[in-house]
Amino acid sequence: MKRKNIEEGIFKILSAVASYSIIAILAFILLIVFVKGFGALNLDMITKTPKGGFYYGGEGGVLNAIVGSIYIGLGSTVIAIIIGAPAALYINVHLIRFKKAQNVVRYFLDALWGIPPIVYGAFGFTLMLYLGMNASLIAGIITVSLLILPIMVRSFDEVLCTIPKGLHEASLALGSTKTEMAYKVMFKQGFSGFITAVLLSFARGIGDAAAVMFTAGYTDLIPVTFDEPAATLPLAVFFQLSSPIPEVRERAYASAAILTIMILVISLVARFVSHRYSKSNIN
Amino acid sequence: MSFSNIDTMTEVSVEQREINDVSSTILQIKDLNVYVEDHHILKNINLEIPKNRVTVLLGPSGCGKTTLLKCMNKLTDLYRELEVSGSILIDGDDILNTSKNVPSIRQKMGLLSQRPYPLPVSIYKNVAYGIKLKGIRDKKLIQYSVQKNLEEVGLWDEVKDRLNSPATSLSIGQQQRLCLARGLAVKPRIILADEPTSALDPISSKTIEELFRRLKKHYTIILVTHVLRQAIRLADNVVFMSDGAIIEQGSPDELFNNPQTDKLKEYLVEGN
Amino acid sequence: MYLRRRIIDRLSGTWMVISLVTILLLPLIIGVGLYIKAAPVFEQHTLTELITSSNWAPTKGKFGFWPFIAGSLYVTVLAFIFSAPVCLLAAIHLTQYASKKLVRIIHPVIDILAGLPSVIYGVWGILIIVPFISGYLAPLFGQNTTGYSILAGGIVLAIMCIPYMLNMLMEVFKTVPMGTREASLSLGATYWESIKHVVIRHSRPGIVSAFGLSLAKAFGETIAVMMVVGNRVLSSLNPFDPGYPLPALIANNYGEMLSIPMYDAALMFAALLLLVIILVINLFFRYLIHKTQKA
Repeated sequence: MKRKNIEEGIFKILSAVASYSIIAILAFILLIVFVKGFGALNLDMITKTPKGGFYYGGEGGVLNAIVGSIYIGLGSTVIAIIIGAPAALYINVHLIRFKKAQNVVRYFLDALWGIPPIVYGAFGFTLMLYLGMNASLIAGIITVSLLILPIMVRSFDEVLCTIPKGLHEASLALGSTKTEMAYKVMFKQGFSGFITAVLLSFARGIGDAAAVMFTAGYTDLIPVTFDEPAATLPLAVFFQLSSPIPEVRERAYASAAILTIMILVISLVARFVSHRYSKSNIN
Repeated sequence: MSFSNIDTMTEVSVEQREINDVSSTILQIKDLNVYVEDHHILKNINLEIPKNRVTVLLGPSGCGKTTLLKCMNKLTDLYRELEVSGSILIDGDDILNTSKNVPSIRQKMGLLSQRPYPLPVSIYKNVAYGIKLKGIRDKKLIQYSVQKNLEEVGLWDEVKDRLNSPATSLSIGQQQRLCLARGLAVKPRIILADEPTSALDPISSKTIEELFRRLKKHYTIILVTHVLRQAIRLADNVVFMSDGAIIEQGSPDELFNNPQTDKLKEYLVEGN
Repeated sequence: MYLRRRIIDRLSGTWMVISLVTILLLPLIIGVGLYIKAAPVFEQHTLTELITSSNWAPTKGKFGFWPFIAGSLYVTVLAFIFSAPVCLLAAIHLTQYASKKLVRIIHPVIDILAGLPSVIYGVWGILIIVPFISGYLAPLFGQNTTGYSILAGGIVLAIMCIPYMLNMLMEVFKTVPMGTREASLSLGATYWESIKHVVIRHSRPGIVSAFGLSLAKAFGETIAVMMVVGNRVLSSLNPFDPGYPLPALIANNYGEMLSIPMYDAALMFAALLLLVIILVINLFFRYLIHKTQKA
């Protein structure tokens, strides 16, 4: 009896330590990134593009990378919405009676989710060469949109599939077409899921480095047209960090802090929105 | 054979139970209250369960019967949203607030759920599980006990050739009997049964009911049901619950033929 | 009016199908695209040679990927060893013991950890893990290292795996029926005995799948690992030595791959290899999950 209790006690403590340590790890990462980053953060960092000698510690900021990341994030999210949202609706409207097809589709989507960004990057690169394009904003947007598509579809789908079936029947019985039902009923009902999916995809688009490394290039200027190269924040962190000059490395930390704040804000908004909408909805 | 020795041991304990005063109380519930957030699920329950009798908890679904049953075995631990207060006494120990070993108090009761929940192991290990937890390591003794309990529920002949196949390979009716055998193997004194036949086909249901009729000589059975006929067939003592409170209790004859409250009258009409 | 609605319905339905089919065909399209680019390298080398040879000299046309594959395997296995026990214990705690309050806190924590960009983990690794290894851990073992090592890659990767693995494990443990846990307790098991004998046992296929999928995830992770692993061809099995995983190889050399003949083809082959390995692992374990969910 005693040994039983000792064993239980040990594992209870160990498992509690494990779960609290995960919270501690997040706190540790954020703390380090912020403490290091805020030291070098100033208004110039977020309001100016790199000026002459920036990469030797000269004046300027990473506005080019911030704007570039937002452009790529926005552009790829728009493409992912145009392709992803109808796909998710199709699974939940047209395939609703075909449980097996639904399962197969979801199975493949889940598997797609696992493909690493570097593979998308390499593919984007070959596609770019094939089309005779240069590293550019549009190439980056297309590559990242492929990367976030499975995320978009699957997280929207997660919410759509919880909508009660009765709603379909009611809507169809009232004489609406499947399309009307998809966009007027399902889309509305699953709106919180849609917003979450969009924000999740957007955050992924901003934060990814491996896919844009090959395709978006890097520049000190803010891109004006789609065929100009674009800098991105993760790459700004990466490149500045590999510099031997301490001032430049400091700026890498500041850039990392900016990136982290952007991601945190997006994820907080996503949480807030999904809570808000899920409360006001039927489900 | 060393087995005969064990055999007589178990026989003796069974006889002892029969000799015991049948009218005494085995389980006593005092001022039991259960809340989930703001909902008062069980309201001031006071109940005495007579020994070696079938006590049927009757009532419309959602009236708190199942929760009451789970309280008796302190399974409420698993549901963190439940707030339980009061006391449930068995052999002088309050299972809800005891310093003693709760698992060993739980072993005084065997549980049978609405649906059979076989453990994810073989047929043999399902029955051996509780025996091993009692600290019994002797292989022969475990083997003997497994066979005896499977025989008790009439399952031995059906499964003796495939004791090592997974318990889920049995039919639902067989699984429910396996769950009963598994519960009996820890030698409980009370059987807690929560609508044990609700998921079963008529033939399996009948088998379970017959088993209960046989077992009630040696065990105290607390049966939750909403099937009125089953209650009439099996009960020695009926507790009618509604909306988290005990409304009426007494012998089946009293309750069914001479209900005192409107709620029970209504229920009897609707239930029939 | 009705006709217009029909036409819109038709058009939109078609678009939905096209979208879905495109997404589902994506891995195939990517695979074919990479294969076309990688084809030249197959003309001069066999697949086995590419995978098993250790001879790496791109300027001489020698492309032996084994050291890089081994590097990837090494950091992945280390990451798994570090993260699996923590995730398993944490998942047990969070689904079996923890208060509702803790569970409420842990969900956003997992989300944020999963959402942090790879490069942030890399920065953190450089700031904390690398100096920790070179300053404290390595001297403890009598080793001399810059800290940029297989071990650093393994640790950073382990932390990146945690949200992913923990989330899946928690989902798995939640599928254990309450009735089964009740049965185990009522038979006299303690909480821990129930977890050990029933919960874990019931979840075995799910646990294996969660582990497998996390391994696949770790295998393809690029930027964070590349920032701390040292990027030098693996020369020993010493975890304090630097290594060079496959994704890092691709990411590091894309700049010059067009200037050396066949180099681009070789690197696209590496990407194709990553795709195939990870897709196969994913398809296998996802299948396992889908199958057990139905049962």
